[in-house]
Amino acid sequence: MAKFIGKRIAMGFATLFIIITVTFFLMHAVPGNPFAKEGKMPETVYNNLQAKYGLDKPKSEQYVIYLKNLLKGDFGESMKSNAETVNEMIKRGAPVSAKLGGQAFILSMFFGVVLGAAAALYQNKAPDYFMMIIALIGISVPSFVMASLFIQFIAKGSGFLPTSGWGTFAHTILPTIALSLMPMASTARLMRSSMLEVLGQDYIKTAQSKGLKKLKVIMNHAIRNAILPVVSQMGTTLSNLLVGSFVIEKIFGIAGLGTFFVTSISNRDYTLIMGTTVFYAVVLVAILVIVDILYVVIDPRIKLTKGDK
Amino acid sequence: MKKKFRIVALLLALTFALTACGGGKTNDKETGGAGGTTASTEGKFLRTNNTSEPGSLDPALAQGTHESWVLQHTFEGLMTYDEEGNVVPGAAEAEPEISEDGLNYTFKLKEGLKWSNGEPVTAKDFEFSWKRLLDPDLAADYAHQGYYLKNGEAFNKGKVAVDEVGVKAVDDLTLEVTLENPTPFFTELTAFYSLFPVSEKVVTENPDWAKDAKTHVSNGPFKLTTWEHRAEIIIEKNENYQNADAVKIDGIHFDILEDKNTEWQNYDSDQYDIIVTPQADVVAQKQAEGSEELVIGTDVAVYYYNVNNETKPFTNPKVRQALSMALDRKTLVENVSQSGEVPAEGVVPFGMKDENNKEYRDAVGNLITEDVEQAKTLFEEGLKEEGMTLDEFNAAKFNILYNTDDKHQKMAEAVQDMWNKNLGISIGLKNTEFQVKLNDEKAGNYDVSRAGWIGDYADPLTFLELWETEGSFNDANYANEEYDNLVQIAKTSNDAAERFEAMRKAEKIVVEDMAVIPIYFYTQPYMVKPNVKGIYKTLLNYPTMTFAEIE
Repeated sequence: MAKFIGKRIAMGFATLFIIITVTFFLMHAVPGNPFAKEGKMPETVYNNLQAKYGLDKPKSEQYVIYLKNLLKGDFGESMKSNAETVNEMIKRGAPVSAKLGGQAFILSMFFGVVLGAAAALYQNKAPDYFMMIIALIGISVPSFVMASLFIQFIAKGSGFLPTSGWGTFAHTILPTIALSLMPMASTARLMRSSMLEVLGQDYIKTAQSKGLKKLKVIMNHAIRNAILPVVSQMGTTLSNLLVGSFVIEKIFGIAGLGTFFVTSISNRDYTLIMGTTVFYAVVLVAILVIVDILYVVIDPRIKLTKGDK
Repeated sequence: MKKKFRIVALLLALTFALTACGGGKTNDKETGGAGGTTASTEGKFLRTNNTSEPGSLDPALAQGTHESWVLQHTFEGLMTYDEEGNVVPGAAEAEPEISEDGLNYTFKLKEGLKWSNGEPVTAKDFEFSWKRLLDPDLAADYAHQGYYLKNGEAFNKGKVAVDEVGVKAVDDLTLEVTLENPTPFFTELTAFYSLFPVSEKVVTENPDWAKDAKTHVSNGPFKLTTWEHRAEIIIEKNENYQNADAVKIDGIHFDILEDKNTEWQNYDSDQYDIIVTPQADVVAQKQAEGSEELVIGTDVAVYYYNVNNETKPFTNPKVRQALSMALDRKTLVENVSQSGEVPAEGVVPFGMKDENNKEYRDAVGNLITEDVEQAKTLFEEGLKEEGMTLDEFNAAKFNILYNTDDKHQKMAEAVQDMWNKNLGISIGLKNTEFQVKLNDEKAGNYDVSRAGWIGDYADPLTFLELWETEGSFNDANYANEEYDNLVQIAKTSNDAAERFEAMRKAEKIVVEDMAVIPIYFYTQPYMVKPNVKGIYKTLLNYPTMTFAEIE
């Protein structure tokens, strides 16, 4: 077991190393430069800037310097902002994105499972149609449209739900809902179909015929089994929510990490691109490794069949 | 089965742990008021949005409007602007004394000037600040604003020692400046943020002084008191400001919110007192309603299309002229850009004054001709001279290059359509990311590309110097010796009449040659709540809120 865990973790590090290397060289291969602007910039000024950030050195040298700094935990200085280092930006932005993504994850999982289960239990009845409508809206209307509608029709008139900003719990309500609708919808659909399948199984009928209470049958037998596909999707959903909140962050003016992730690329802010990529890669690889290990810890059969190849 | 259920429990626990640690950290930091609604700003504060996080609030390192709007309220240069947009003494006591050859300037500072930390502002601080701007180790983007000083460029290149730069504090109140060439707009340049002073003592003791509101020191009407990165900036009245009595508000609260739609919703629900450059549809609607809250402010900026002067048949001036003549600029500004822009009459926007202190454009007049019939004739002639037929032109699959932006796209589509209808040509559209567009332009890898230029100072030269043969922004690769000579006169002559005559001639040449195709002059619309008075916009700056009053 220890060997397996060690191997998984080592693979995680190898993955990170590959991500860092590929990102570094791809980023420099993309046309554009952090200091190119629409305007007059004398060559001297441009050269001074290149020298200040070490961009005048050969790529291989820059790469080695970057790795050395990274080992020290130093992501370097942003090339566009003199106000904060990349480390400070991540330190400030990541908890905000994590809070938003985490809340949305819990919300979408809880309501996804409940709505999906209810829809299956009341197939072709009102709760089912209600769930279908919610799921249809959640999947077909993009989150940024939802967010804008929330601001215009809910926040503006409400008096207590802020239109933008971050700080109190009230600030998090609308962005969380906007962000959670899509995963909630897909979870609900998944849960519904899985639940329908389980409800048709013989052991449910057996349980019912044994005279168990309906609620007990549903809770102990149906939901517990039906939820498995949802669980296997959780890792992906969580990582999507942590990374994919940048549109919502932008619309609600939330100073999370998502915005950095996107703008750093269009700005060609090399150090920030690397910083956010490495940070996200660490988080995602960690989630995947942990999920992998958890599966094996709990159910050794997985290891035999598809775990440790 | 139980074991599988444990997976759910463990994953949920992991999520809770992640969010819990996230939440804890943020709450502590952010109860200060990120985002605008929880800040402790009692009193008369103006509320607005700055759209982008400033890259720096150090004047020497600032790069654009999202920095300069805050800086123009927290710092004061030797000169500043009054409500009519005139350049008037700021930190300086009066206009500078200028030597006859226009090379030596002597500025006298007002007595008793203080930094926001109470320490005295001296001429030495100005000397320090300007030399610091030029220091190659600082690597300031806007270092070239100091190139007007003698040896400014040489020092920035590392060729001469700092002592040889033409600025020196003779005593605490006297600053002597020596220029490289006579620069008639130099007095005005001292009102530009790159040349704002910083405290030598503060900067020397703490190079990171500008990163934090606690250590930020300035000399303007307001001082920085809160800077929650990417969330909000609060500046409060600086009691040490030389004209503090004239400042009626307690401060200004800037949110940092990139989404223009949310910004508009915040203004509409009275959370903001003023917003600058709302979206085009809002401007169009408010204009149609005749809203008194909407002000179409002037701006010195031109939106134009580069035509690659080195690609056949755009090498031919007749072809370029024809492309320009086939455009209906009034339709473009009224139906496409929709923010109250003005059809271009040349490459120099309205608002610049000439040697007689009259509107520069008046003497030059409208240099742009729009005439579809003539355009057709010229286009045919031009093509023939280049040995090309219309079919060959269309087969060449030329493109209009623009960077990702709805407004640029709409404009390119409209231009494409007008050229197609009026000249029978088909030109494709090529949309790239901004940085890629810049790269393509610099490499000459384009046919027609959209571009824009905002003036750095209120003199036509800020536009005309763009198309010098060796100019670093001459992406059209335009080359004309006569034009270069005229721009050189405008750059070095100390005789105002001669300078402006040269600039008028130069503009005529560049438009006759149609080096680039000017489309419109920008405006800067902004909206102010009716109960707020005293906000004004000068030519080059964002609206000035220093002397605002909230009723």
